[in-house]
Amino acid sequence: MRRKMYEKEISACSIFGAMNIEGERFTGEGVIKAIANMHLRGNGLGGGFAIYGLYPEYEYYYALHIMFRGNEGAKKETDALLNRSFDVVHDEEMPSGERANVPDPPLVWRYFVAPDKKGKDKLLSDDDYVVQKVMDINLRIENAHVFSSGKNMGVFKGVGYPEDVAEYFQLDSYRGHIWTAHGRFPTNTQGWWGGAHPFCILDWTVAHNGEISSYGTNRRYLEMFGYHCTLNTDSEVIAYAVDLLMRRQNLPMDVVAKIFAPPVWEAIEREEESKKILLAMLRRVYAPLLINGPFAVIIAHHGEMIGLTDRIRLRPLTAGVRGKMTYLSSEEAAIRLVSKKLDRAWTPNGGEPIVVSLDGGGRGEKVDEVIPFA
Amino acid sequence: MKSYLLPEFIIERNEDRCIKCKVCERQCAFETHRYDEELDRMFSNEESCVGCQRCAVFCPTNALTVKPNQSAYRPNYSWTGERISDLTKQAETGAVLLTGSGNDRPYPIYWEHLLLNASQVTNPSIDPLREPMELRTFLGRKPDMLEAELMDDGEVRISTEMPPNVMVKTPILFSALSYGAISYQAFKSLAMAASEYGTLFNTGEGGLPKDLRKEYGKNAIVQCASGRFGVDLEYLNCSAAVEIKIGQGAKPGIGGHLPGEKVSCLIAETRMIPAGTDALSPAPQHDIYSIEDLSALIYALKEATNYEKPVSVKIAAVHNSAAIASGMVRAGADIIALDGLRGGTGAAPKMIRDNVGIPIELAISSVDERLREEGIRNRCSILAAGGMRCSADVVKAIALGADAVYIGTAALIAMGCTLCQKCYTGKCNWGICTQDPYLAKRINPDIASRRLTNLLRAWSMEIKEMLGGMGINAIESLRGNRDHLRGVGLQEWELEVLGVKGAGE
Repeated sequence: MRRKMYEKEISACSIFGAMNIEGERFTGEGVIKAIANMHLRGNGLGGGFAIYGLYPEYEYYYALHIMFRGNEGAKKETDALLNRSFDVVHDEEMPSGERANVPDPPLVWRYFVAPDKKGKDKLLSDDDYVVQKVMDINLRIENAHVFSSGKNMGVFKGVGYPEDVAEYFQLDSYRGHIWTAHGRFPTNTQGWWGGAHPFCILDWTVAHNGEISSYGTNRRYLEMFGYHCTLNTDSEVIAYAVDLLMRRQNLPMDVVAKIFAPPVWEAIEREEESKKILLAMLRRVYAPLLINGPFAVIIAHHGEMIGLTDRIRLRPLTAGVRGKMTYLSSEEAAIRLVSKKLDRAWTPNGGEPIVVSLDGGGRGEKVDEVIPFA
Repeated sequence: MKSYLLPEFIIERNEDRCIKCKVCERQCAFETHRYDEELDRMFSNEESCVGCQRCAVFCPTNALTVKPNQSAYRPNYSWTGERISDLTKQAETGAVLLTGSGNDRPYPIYWEHLLLNASQVTNPSIDPLREPMELRTFLGRKPDMLEAELMDDGEVRISTEMPPNVMVKTPILFSALSYGAISYQAFKSLAMAASEYGTLFNTGEGGLPKDLRKEYGKNAIVQCASGRFGVDLEYLNCSAAVEIKIGQGAKPGIGGHLPGEKVSCLIAETRMIPAGTDALSPAPQHDIYSIEDLSALIYALKEATNYEKPVSVKIAAVHNSAAIASGMVRAGADIIALDGLRGGTGAAPKMIRDNVGIPIELAISSVDERLREEGIRNRCSILAAGGMRCSADVVKAIALGADAVYIGTAALIAMGCTLCQKCYTGKCNWGICTQDPYLAKRINPDIASRRLTNLLRAWSMEIKEMLGGMGINAIESLRGNRDHLRGVGLQEWELEVLGVKGAGE
């Protein structure tokens, strides 16, 4: 038996997110410009975008973006699996611009599907069923990788600078109410299309800058819950952890932030009694999901965009608000490029989440107020 | 019968340095040194020397050198000197070969074949002198998830009930060393050090003397073994956790025997047996012949302690530990203590010590993996014992999947033990493994406990350094994190069992 070999890519990156808190959809022009402005944080080996509110015409169907490498085999096998497990209401090759500067683009296909559960699968919720099928494709079908699997949203990613990836997938033709973007600098292995960010499971996406030194612990814990990391990059664990904690276990974001980036024990001991008990309990039960090592992430799902850094803030994250638009970015300059004037701009403390939601607007500690330029 | 054995050690005395102070004579319980008044000279009887180095350490003029006897039989790969002399001993006595401490055979030591990772460039290493570095560890069952609800006032309410856990400030606990096997002074030193540093000691199967319960009970894991010595309600309830001892790494499948001459009044009172009678621990627990029997005892102990204490079950690491451990967790064990091939003992048949069990590294790995495959890893903590010699071994054990480690031999060495392996004679010159008051008082608990806390402190600091180097600032992010390990000089199957990549992969 061949040993299981887990690969993990590590990367330094740029991340950017924009959300309209009233749910109005907007084009990606500004987001593409902003992420392109952080060109130097990437190295052309990966770029990607997640767009929410993308497919209103197929609102009730899971939109699967699937990448195929090599010959026809993987797609045939995947099509067979999809036809067995879903009602495929529409599928097409992802429109792409042939002239974009991206190397060896694989075949990317999108499917709009409804679960067709049989036998004991009927006991599963639709979401759990889709997760299971996504894992099946990723794990069992060689050369097929599911980029995204949520409803009314989609992930577009590949090798190249994010602005080139945007051009390749013709993202200027799409609109959404949340956009997140990622520019990649993988440092120890070749970038590949499946390894680009954002990572997605159902409608949860994660764009991550950093290296997770707790990857092995996180991955092995998630395996107990049926998640298998197949995309060869450490950031994947955050997407699955978010799905486990927020969707399956229904934990509020503030609690999840304290699981990923818990306060140190000394700080917990200084808290008032009820908070102390809560934080201590979280650390005990969810110790394997502490995300250790440097990270800044933008996590998104329908109606919510969240920014979070590791507890000792080894990666940058800045937030800006202008009217109904809220921005999260590795660099403030990228926000200012899109919105010269901001109502406020700030840098959160390590481990303090910024939660931007449709109804409530921006939450999160307002600290380190940044003095705006002009 | 004339003995054909060669002395194991040769004692060289530098006569120019010897001042005939007779320290060596007084220090040696084996009566190796003798002063001859007529000749005004010290003599040594090398046949009785065990090589414990007590005389050499205490000789004020460094006049003594004790070294292995170099004279040898004709070299023979099969019939080594040790095999010949063991056989000779048996021909002279007709008895089972007895020995003490841990397996000293050259089986692979996997710690030596595992290398740790460190951060470079993409991930900053963390300096534990400047940044928080957390070793706090909780032992016991964890729920699969927490049910949390965000209330209107912004408070988060958790409705999940938390099983009892016990916190240690460093993932290093003192292994089971029973009172009776070791002296009261040595036993108390372990209790004092555990309490001082914020970790736990394990009473072993000999009970917990009443006068130590109030002060040190909260740092004690109290054992309930096959002899049931000293087990009563107060004993169980004064503790931090209760441990059912099924097996021991040094002698899997074997019970214990404390000879009556060691059973002093206080030991008799603590063990609840008549003074001077042999304390016999049967090989199995006679109320546990099956996994369902184990479950019954686990729940009996939980009932007795009002479900307030985690219950540990200790087994020797053997061929199918993984399956056994899985059954133990399902039977209700909150902690799985695994004792490996190199775990120590006060007395064991040499054939058992040297030939039964498997290395702890492989056991940790296979148990951790099995529990994860079954999705029950979080329902217990894994305590690994048997062969942790330095802080790097501890780090590797945790990266393989242990929650914390037990140290026994290392703690004894901190108190003075030199691994002469004569624990079973009751004549420990270092005052550790003896009930002779003259020898036992050589251990001053104030000093010995300081040596032990120093050891905990030093290892903890080293662990922090290694964690920081890996870019990790909390021990829980190392647990089961085999990505931070690489194997060298291992075969494919070994890498497979350990779940690590080879170096450079």
